[in-house]
Amino acid sequence: MTKLADAIIVGGGIHGCSTALHLTLAGMKPVLIEKDYAGRHASGVNAGGVRQLARHVAEIPLSIRSMGIWERINELLDDDCSFESHGQVLVAENETELAACRARVAELNALGFTHEELIDGTELRRLVPAVADTCPGGVVSRRDGAANPAQTTTAFRRKAEQLGATVREGVAASNVRREDGLWRVDVGSETYAAPVLVNAAGAWAGRIAAALGEPVPVETVAPMLMITSRVPHFIDPVVILRGRKLSFKQFKNGTVLIGGGHLATPDQDRNETVLDWPSLAISARTVFELFPVMRDATIMRAWAGIEAKTKDDLPVLGPSAHHAGLYHQFGFSLHGFQLGPGAGAVMAELIVNGGTQTRIGDLSIDRFRPSNS
Amino acid sequence: MFRRSDQDRRPSLQIFVDGVTVEAREGDTVSAALLASGRDVRRETAVSGAPRLPYCMMGVCFDCLVTIDGVGNRQGCLVPVAAGMQIEIQKGKREIGR
Amino acid sequence: MNAAPQRDAYDVVVIGAGPAGLAATATASAAGLSTLLLDENPGPGGQVWRAIASTPVTARDQLGADYWAGAELVGEVRSSKAEIIHRATVWSLDRHLEIGISIGGASAFVKARRVILATGALERPFPIPGWTLPGVMTAGAAQTMLKSSALVPDSRTVISGQGPLLWLLAAQILRLGGRIDRILDTTERKNYLAALPHAFAFVTSAYFTKGLAMMREVKAKVEVTTGVTELAAAGEGRLASVSYVAGNHRETIPADLLLLHQGVVPNVNLAMAAGVEHRWDNLQLCWSPALDGNGGTSVEGIAIAGDGAGISGANAAVVRGRIAARGAVEALAPAAAAKLSPMAALHADLAKAERGRAFLDTLFRPARQFRIPAGDTIVCRCEEVTARDIVDAVAIGATGPNQLKAYRRTGMGPCQGRLCGLTVTELMAEARGKTPQEIGYYRLRAPVKPITLAELAAMPKTDDDVKAVVRG
Repeated sequence: MTKLADAIIVGGGIHGCSTALHLTLAGMKPVLIEKDYAGRHASGVNAGGVRQLARHVAEIPLSIRSMGIWERINELLDDDCSFESHGQVLVAENETELAACRARVAELNALGFTHEELIDGTELRRLVPAVADTCPGGVVSRRDGAANPAQTTTAFRRKAEQLGATVREGVAASNVRREDGLWRVDVGSETYAAPVLVNAAGAWAGRIAAALGEPVPVETVAPMLMITSRVPHFIDPVVILRGRKLSFKQFKNGTVLIGGGHLATPDQDRNETVLDWPSLAISARTVFELFPVMRDATIMRAWAGIEAKTKDDLPVLGPSAHHAGLYHQFGFSLHGFQLGPGAGAVMAELIVNGGTQTRIGDLSIDRFRPSNS
Repeated sequence: MFRRSDQDRRPSLQIFVDGVTVEAREGDTVSAALLASGRDVRRETAVSGAPRLPYCMMGVCFDCLVTIDGVGNRQGCLVPVAAGMQIEIQKGKREIGR
Repeated sequence: MNAAPQRDAYDVVVIGAGPAGLAATATASAAGLSTLLLDENPGPGGQVWRAIASTPVTARDQLGADYWAGAELVGEVRSSKAEIIHRATVWSLDRHLEIGISIGGASAFVKARRVILATGALERPFPIPGWTLPGVMTAGAAQTMLKSSALVPDSRTVISGQGPLLWLLAAQILRLGGRIDRILDTTERKNYLAALPHAFAFVTSAYFTKGLAMMREVKAKVEVTTGVTELAAAGEGRLASVSYVAGNHRETIPADLLLLHQGVVPNVNLAMAAGVEHRWDNLQLCWSPALDGNGGTSVEGIAIAGDGAGISGANAAVVRGRIAARGAVEALAPAAAAKLSPMAALHADLAKAERGRAFLDTLFRPARQFRIPAGDTIVCRCEEVTARDIVDAVAIGATGPNQLKAYRRTGMGPCQGRLCGLTVTELMAEARGKTPQEIGYYRLRAPVKPITLAELAAMPKTDDDVKAVVRG
């Protein structure tokens, strides 16, 4: 049996759920298809960083757009998503790194972006008292923060469903095709048809794009995270490093999350990852050196979420270069969580209005067309 | 709550619980020694501060968590006592980096 | 016995030195395979033979013949060429058969060609009101203290629940001169009828006469209340009383110690974290690994033996350990398998050892109200989450144990779901009108036991460093 919808969204990560919600806010009735459950992979198990800091210039406008939504997330979702805004701090571990920070902030200022601010050692230690006193300074983005990723993705899904989206979990979308002017997708024994198809399938999105004749250089990765037992509060902002792979933050409940992009081996077809403990040991050593107070904290659990990483580490966001009614929203390359609310809003504008005020031109799938590369 | 059977002929040794000398027997686990001591050895949870004592004594419940020789969150039911061992009862979230 | 592993790779690594692990180690080693036995406890024996090499209980009849039966197997393993490391915590196992081990505060990895998991059982959660109060423990906890330190209850003590271990513990406490004020038996009356079809197998099994004699021994000295259908512990900051309902009778007993027991369930954490497929067992009401006839799991190279493979007791565990090890020998050194008992003979031994199990499983199937709590009763001891919290989360969209983490931190504390997982699965299944199999279980992750950041940071840096340290 074929069911008609206004739009079919493949993928129940934060991006698919956000797009579903923003489409319902525009009066549409989308169907969202998720093979596992909303937030099962990267969107539900990432570090939860809500970060404008240290982004590629091409995605800063989208990040700023998104930040505005984060700051009123409770109004949008009736759920605070455990979002807290204590800033994010990028730590320079030596003078060379600090010089690079200085140049970066100057470059952003010249482009009219003011969210990143250079800080000296005194301000760094005021913000992050526990940091090793050898660090000379860094950059802060004061409006940044962190949220609970599983809670956030679930909240987007729940609100979208409340406002009229259909959410199908536990069955994969298959046989994606365009027939008689409509996109058609099989879900178990049913078929959904709609004029619009949004490919927000995360690590599985590259396969869909390729099957529709728009291959993107994308690989499947699984960044690892680990979390400690509850320890007394000692740090407010999220900390990332300029030179080494580390992101570091303490939740309100006292647990400390350690991430930064060391990768596990993904097994996409099994929905599994095999952790790389020697790499996690490198993260542990970095924390050991930078935050001496953490040395006898207890590691409770480590995990990795499966997601897509493009060749240029930038997402693919916008209409297809080949097909009418097809939109891509994937390849967020380890930093898509903060962008989720904004990308869904932008995607809904593209679909409903045919355009958006937010500058996303550099994220077009067109950039991977053979003639362009 | 517990007493030692008279047939127990194991040599005794001394450990320190929050700085106070406590007698234990060779081969006791830390948790067994604490429960046998007759002292108030309830820890307080990191979540709400609720009092707890060991529940399973076989390494699965983590209600025996205790600081041993400065290392926190250890499962007292799996660690044998040693003479002079310093035990601290954990109260709430365990301090780090003292 | 406490040093790091001597090699960086073994033919067979056995995890757990209870009946199954000891038997597997003895068998694999006898066939000439390089074998490493890792165990978390200070000595061999697992739970059933705990402290067999060190117990201060010298009056042998007090612990019983079934306890001392383990000595022979411990001797066999100790005189084998197998390497044995106690106080070794295995905190990671993956499908490449890489094993992360913490020994004496330092971690290392070893690689195996075959892994035999013999991680045994743990006591089923018994989530009644007040079960987190100091003074409420498992019966197994009391038995552990009795065996390894000759400690017995000496203040007002109530034992409640059901199953063979409960009566064995009571007998042992009494023999050692300990105190028991009351036994509250929660066995459901309807189970006696349900178990009847299995009764013949049971009365002709080894369990029968021993069990009967033990119950008689205990009932001669302790008041036993049967048919208990409600149970609660109460007190301010520690246990002060136990309340129960049996038939029309309601009573509150002052108590300092309450020992709970309603059977044991497989200890699945390490196997699940390694990716081994498990299924809901509707009779034993727990997760059991999907196994082939020789204990092989869904992960190539990993076998499970003993109660971790589904509860069937110590005698069966020994045989299952030998079967799993023989399977490893057949795969790695087929010629050496001729020296071992033939597989057919082992399977015949297993059938004999499992005789009577269906009767016990049916008779001692725990009642619904003691598995699926309601209201303010704590389900997740670590994160202090109540039954009501979970039902409320289901009402606003939590569909399974993993999705529940977006609402509540159930299973995210240090015990990693060991004391709440079964309850959460059954509670959510009931709330959603699904089967436990449909609801599923927590996705478990390494480290299956916490390690310190310093220990992880100090891990050898490269493969070459690993070798240098391990061989050091």
